[in-house]
Amino acid sequence: MTDPAPNGRSLSLTSRLAIGLVALLLVGGVVLALAAFAYGRVAAREAFDRLLVGAANDIAESISISDGELVIDLPVSAFELLALAKDDRIAYQVRGVDGRVLTGYDDLPVPTRAQQPGPDEAFFDAGFKGEPARFLRLTRRFAERSLSGDVEVIVGQTLLARNELAYDITRNALVGLAMGGAAIIMLALLMVRSALRPLGDLAGTIAARDPQDLTPLDPRGPREIAVTANAINGFMRRLDQQFDAMRNLISDTAHQLRTPVAALRAQSDLALHEQNPERRNRLVERIHRRTVSLGRLLDQMLSRALVIHRLESARREIVDLRDIALDIVESGDHMLIAPGTEVRVEVGPEPVNVKADAISLTEAAKNLLGNALAHGRAPVTVGADLSNGKAMLWVADAGEGPSQAVLESLGERFLRSAASRGESAGLGLSIAGAVAEAFGGRLEWDAGAGGFRISIVLTASEDGR
Amino acid sequence: MIRFALCFLLFASAAPAQEAVQRFGPEDAAVTLRLRTTTDIAIFAPTVEAFLDTAPGVAILYEQWGSNDLYALSREDCASGRKAADIIISSAVHQMVKLVNDRCAASWRSPATQAVPSGLKWRDELWGITREPAVMVYNRALVPPDEVPLTRFDLLDLLRPQDSRYAGRVATYDIEASGLGFLFAFIDSQEASTFGALMETFARTGAIATCCSAEIIGGVIEGDYLIAYNVLGSYARSVAAIDSRLGIVEPRDYTVVLSRAAMLPGPDVRPEAGAFLDYLVSTEGKIAMARSFLISGGGEDESGSDASDNETARRPIRLSPSLLVAVDQANATRFIRRWREVFAQ
Repeated sequence: MTDPAPNGRSLSLTSRLAIGLVALLLVGGVVLALAAFAYGRVAAREAFDRLLVGAANDIAESISISDGELVIDLPVSAFELLALAKDDRIAYQVRGVDGRVLTGYDDLPVPTRAQQPGPDEAFFDAGFKGEPARFLRLTRRFAERSLSGDVEVIVGQTLLARNELAYDITRNALVGLAMGGAAIIMLALLMVRSALRPLGDLAGTIAARDPQDLTPLDPRGPREIAVTANAINGFMRRLDQQFDAMRNLISDTAHQLRTPVAALRAQSDLALHEQNPERRNRLVERIHRRTVSLGRLLDQMLSRALVIHRLESARREIVDLRDIALDIVESGDHMLIAPGTEVRVEVGPEPVNVKADAISLTEAAKNLLGNALAHGRAPVTVGADLSNGKAMLWVADAGEGPSQAVLESLGERFLRSAASRGESAGLGLSIAGAVAEAFGGRLEWDAGAGGFRISIVLTASEDGR
Repeated sequence: MIRFALCFLLFASAAPAQEAVQRFGPEDAAVTLRLRTTTDIAIFAPTVEAFLDTAPGVAILYEQWGSNDLYALSREDCASGRKAADIIISSAVHQMVKLVNDRCAASWRSPATQAVPSGLKWRDELWGITREPAVMVYNRALVPPDEVPLTRFDLLDLLRPQDSRYAGRVATYDIEASGLGFLFAFIDSQEASTFGALMETFARTGAIATCCSAEIIGGVIEGDYLIAYNVLGSYARSVAAIDSRLGIVEPRDYTVVLSRAAMLPGPDVRPEAGAFLDYLVSTEGKIAMARSFLISGGGEDESGSDASDNETARRPIRLSPSLLVAVDQANATRFIRRWREVFAQ
C-alpha cells in the first residue's frame, strides 16, 4: 500500500481513466498518423504513376515510321492525362534509336542503373527545373526494314498533386481518428460514471444510516460493488459481535458481582456489630475467604473477556504448546493461588505446533491450572504432547475431577449458580472450552484411578516445523 | 490609324524587335514597370491608363511585340536568368504555358487572383485576363446578307462552287508568323473535323494567309478580302465600332474564346507588377477591358442571336499543360509543314 497523497486526495478514477485514454489515443494517433501518411504517400504515388504509364503509352503509341523516319504525332490525350495533376509541371522527351532527342525537353535526367529494374518500364525520381519530380522511362522497340532499335519515351511530372493527395489521405485519416477518439473518451467517461454510481449509492446509504444501525447492507448490485458491500457487512458483523461481547461482559459482571458483594456487605455488617471476639474472628475469616474467591472470579471474568475479544480479532500463528505449558508454570501464578502445591511440567522433545493465538491458549491453560489447584489434589502436572495428529495441552491432578453436572453444563456462557456460590470452576472450564472451539478443537477430560486429566485438543499444524 | 502603321513596321524589320514602344504615367514616377505584350497599344492603352490612375508613382513602359518574337525573347531571358520584363501578356497562351512549365514565371497569390476561375489560371503563375472570341469578319457592302456565313459549314458552302466569287478573297492568319494564328488553327484541328475540310477548301480556292489582325481587318474593310476567318473578336469589334463596313460573326457551330495570358517573369515579383495583375483580374480591370472589347460575353453579332444563344457554342481555351502539345517542336514543325503545303500556291 502506498501512502495517501499529502493533500489527502488522489486523482479521481474518471480523471485517471481520461488521462490514460488520452495518452493512449495520442500515442495511437501519432502511430496511425505516421502509418496513414506512409500509406497516403504510397497510394498517391501509385495513383499518379498510373497517369505516367498511361501518358507514356499514349506517346509511345503515337510514334510511327514514315520513309525510314520516326514520326511523332504527340497526342493531346497524353497531356490531358498528365494535366489531371492540375498544377504540376510536365516533362517529356522522346529519343530515337540513335539516342538523339526527337522532341520534348532535351535536358531531362537519365535514370541510374539502380533505378532501372525492368528494361521496358522504369520509374525514377529526379529533379525537373529545380523541383522534385517523378519520371517514367518507357522503351518501345521497332523492328522494321527501314528502322530498328529502341525508342525511349520519358515522361515526368512534379510532385505537387502527389503530396497534396498524400496529405489529404493523412488528414482524412486523422479527422476520422480524432472523431473516433473523442467518441471513445466520451463513452468511456459515461461508462465510468455509470459504473461508479453504485459506489456512490453505497456511500449515500451508509452516510444516511442511524449510527446504531449495524444491520447488513443490501449486497445486490454489480459483483465488484457486492464485494465491497459484503466486506462492509462482515466488518459490521464483527463490530456488532464486539458490542454484544461488551454488553454481555457488563451485564455478566454486574450480575455476578452483585451477590458476592451483597454477601460481603452483610457479613461485614455482622462483623461490625459482633461483640464476641471469637465469632468476630470467624466472620472476618469468612469475609477473607469470600474476598479471595471474589478476586478469582474477577480474574476469570477479565480473562474471559480478554479471550473472547482475542478470539474475534487476533491472528492465528504457529504456536508450540510446550512453550505455553512452560510459560504458565514459570510465570509462577500458582504460587500465589496455592502456595506450597507442587506443579510439574511434562513435555516431550518434539515441538507440538498448532495454529492458534498464544495469549488465548495461555489464558485457557491458566484457568485449567487454576481449577486444578483450587479443586484438585497435588501433584498437579501441566503438559503438551502429540498423538495421532492431535496436539494436546493438558492439566492433570490426582483428584477425581469436578462433578458430572459441571462437566455437562460446559459450554454455557457462564455458570450462574457456581458463580453465585463463589465457585468459579465452571467459568474456567467454559473459557477453556471456548478457546478450544475457536481454534477448531475441543475440550476432553478423563477421570480415572490415576486422577483427573483435562486437555485442550487441537489439530496439529503440519508446516510448523 | 496607328496600328496599321505598326503592322508595316513589323514587316519592315526582319530581326526580332518590338513593334512599338510607348510610355504611360508620370515622367518622375518612382517605379517604372516594363510591360511586354502582343496586344496593340491602342486597344490596351485605356486599361493601362485606368490602372495608373489607381497607382500613383507608377509608370508603365509598354512594349508591343509579335507573339513569336516575344516568346523567343522571354525564353532567352529565362534561360540567362535576366529579368527584362516585369509583366508579360500574350495572346499565344500555349507559349505562355510553355514558359511557365519551364519555370520562367514567379507565383503570385492574392485575394484577387484567388477569385480567378480555375480554367483561367495555372499554378498561380499564369492567368487568363481577357475573353476574346475568334470570329469571322466580312465586308457588309460586298457580302449580301443572305450569304453571310454563320457557321464554318456556311463558309465551306460559299467556297464550294467552281466559280465562287469568294475564291482567293478569304483571308486568315499566317500561322507561321503569328503564334496566335497557330494556336487558333491548332485548337480548330482538335475541336472538329471541319478543320480538314477547311484546309482543303482554303488550298483549293487560294485563300490568303497573312499577318496580323489589323492588316486582315483593314483588308476586309478595303474590299481586298470579302471574308476573314479566325480573326480576334476584340480587334474586329473595336474597328466595327467606328467603321460600319465591317460585319462580325461568331461561328455558331463553335466559337473558340481566347483568354490572353498574363505572367510575372521570375524569380521575383515587383509588388507594383503584382498590383497591376490584381487590377487586371479585378472587377474594375474587367470593366476597363470590356470597354476596349477585350472582354466580351458573346454579345450581338450579325447572326442576330444574342449572347446566351451562342454561349453553349463557346469553347474557352483553358490554361492547362495540355497546351504544351501545341508548342512541341515536332508537332509544330509537322503542322506548319502541312499548312505550308496548303498555302504554297
